[in-house]
Amino acid sequence: MWDYSEKVLDHYRNPRNVGKIDDADLVGEAGSLACGDSLKLFIKLDGNIVKDAKFLTFGCGSAVASSSILTEMIIGKSLDEVKKITNKDIADQLGGLPQQKMHCSVMGREALEDALKKYYGEDSEEWKEIDLSGKTESEEKIICTCFNVTEKQILEAIKVNKLKSVEEVTDYTKAGGACGQCKSVIKDIIDDYWKNNQPAPLTQTQKILKINNVIEQQISPQLQKDGGDIELVDIKDNTVYVKFVGVCSSCKNAAMTLKSFVESILKEKVDENIVVEQLN
Amino acid sequence: MIYLDNNATTKVDEKVLDVMIPYLQGEYANPSSMYDFAKKPAEALKVAREQVRDFYGAKDVNEIFFTSCGSESANMAIKGALACNKTRKHIITTKVEHPCVLNTYKTFEKQGYDVDYIGVNSEGELNLDELKEKLRKDTALVSVMWANNEVGVINPVEEIAEIVKSNSPETIFFVDGVQAAGKIPMNVKDTMIDMVGVSGHKFHAPKGVGALYVNKGCRIVPLINGGHQERGMRAGTENVPYIAGLGKAAELAKDSLSYESTEVKRLRDKLETGIIRNVFNARLNSTLKDRVPNTSNIGFEYVEGELILLHLSDYGICASSGSACTSGSLEPSHVLRAMGIPFTALHGSIRFSLSRFTKESEVDFVIEKMPVIMDKLTKISPFQDELNKLKLLKGDR
Repeated sequence: MWDYSEKVLDHYRNPRNVGKIDDADLVGEAGSLACGDSLKLFIKLDGNIVKDAKFLTFGCGSAVASSSILTEMIIGKSLDEVKKITNKDIADQLGGLPQQKMHCSVMGREALEDALKKYYGEDSEEWKEIDLSGKTESEEKIICTCFNVTEKQILEAIKVNKLKSVEEVTDYTKAGGACGQCKSVIKDIIDDYWKNNQPAPLTQTQKILKINNVIEQQISPQLQKDGGDIELVDIKDNTVYVKFVGVCSSCKNAAMTLKSFVESILKEKVDENIVVEQLN
Repeated sequence: MIYLDNNATTKVDEKVLDVMIPYLQGEYANPSSMYDFAKKPAEALKVAREQVRDFYGAKDVNEIFFTSCGSESANMAIKGALACNKTRKHIITTKVEHPCVLNTYKTFEKQGYDVDYIGVNSEGELNLDELKEKLRKDTALVSVMWANNEVGVINPVEEIAEIVKSNSPETIFFVDGVQAAGKIPMNVKDTMIDMVGVSGHKFHAPKGVGALYVNKGCRIVPLINGGHQERGMRAGTENVPYIAGLGKAAELAKDSLSYESTEVKRLRDKLETGIIRNVFNARLNSTLKDRVPNTSNIGFEYVEGELILLHLSDYGICASSGSACTSGSLEPSHVLRAMGIPFTALHGSIRFSLSRFTKESEVDFVIEKMPVIMDKLTKISPFQDELNKLKLLKGDR
């Protein structure tokens, strides 16, 4: 049994905006019957605003829920806002999806993209801006022949969801999920992407600002809840010197809090080489 | 709750539980021990072995080995037989075996074995001509399931045994009997079958106990080495309470075989004809007479299986699906694909499996609710034109 969120359950049980719009301004399609899920999205505009949206979906509970919530997300929005919606936004709106079901949210984004591509035209500036993969049509080749997944789709999923492994790509796009022959190609695509898209290293000033922000916004509020707090004293290379204040300064578990909470958050958010030292 | 997923597992019969309880409480002695306190557990094993022998229709209690599950029985049979016959490197099985069997053969393929997978027709019937063609003088093992778990098709294993043995008497014939046990008679002594594996929880014993029938003339090496238990063929202190339960469940199952073939079958037939009649996009995935009496596999065209199961579940109805989405894999059922079920219905196939505990009112409830669910779900499908065509076709009939 999948661990679906309440929101997913609600949307598969009572899908919103089911049906089609005969005089739709935008129509997008994604998936296929043979592959096990497909989605048709209809959008009616009023100027640049989505006046109405409807969907028809062949797919599992999370596919229906993703389609249903997508229509709710776009109604009332301008096309400029709509084109920024990613698969991650769809999954987040649903209160999350099981990892192996993330491809349902990707199908929602794909139907949206297909609608926008047809509406603006493939050569238009607007479409080039929307297309997140950074690949032109001529570079588009099918990587997974079982599920007809293109390099473009895989790249986009990697980029938006920061995917690092072949299994994740399969969960998000289905690519590699049947015969498995394309798994090594997917691995190469992932490696290439991350080789070319490593974030530029932070300057020391940027690092100091970021560390300060994380402490102020994410660490202090948590400690304040328990009547304590933390003060940033100094930063040398990757060593962050802090002082505990309030109840924290006399707490027996302060050393543990330092490593398992403060340091791990800074490692995750700023730099994995950060070490936190206590000055008291 | 309406439980129509008895091919997945079954509820433990209360009479089975009653037999088990003493060995979970006071009678905890190791049956191998020498004192009087061990007599009852030792006797329980003896009784259970006789009950399971009778269940199999085997000649001798020494042909019965207790295991922990159906997968262990299959592994013990397959690995045990191949290890005894190392010069032969050819195996024949079918495309529709249970994954526990198929995956075992996949590992043998990697070790250099040649494995042929026999296909089935659109009704799920095994291609016996293909099987005959593939048989070689150096075939070590032929392995065919007695009944298929997804569509319930019964394979003519008695006939296959004769084909196999007439080609080469040294070829071992293993039958995965998990889905046949308790549903149809298995008179192994009248056949040339070498080994048959069963799993207790498919016929109202608890999970965690199974058995393997090994014909006296068939040699295998043990899978689990250690003590002398099961005459050295399966080490490990006997799971006395569960084995006692298995024995009782086997006795009860044998006694209710005629009920299965009449009453359970009547309810199954009522369910499938009721659904096919009332739901315009429903099709029977196998219409064969030779199916186990409790199983029905129905394809709902242009609707996805997991979505159907979720809606059934909202009515308290438990069934299962060959749909990709339910399994965690991305591909739909290998059985339905081997049968060539059209992909319009492949992803929307639902298996209903009944038991002797299924009530007529439960079947009626499902027949009543299925059209309500399908009415809702077909409206969500993008294939409205195709569905409308189906509706017209059904109306014409």
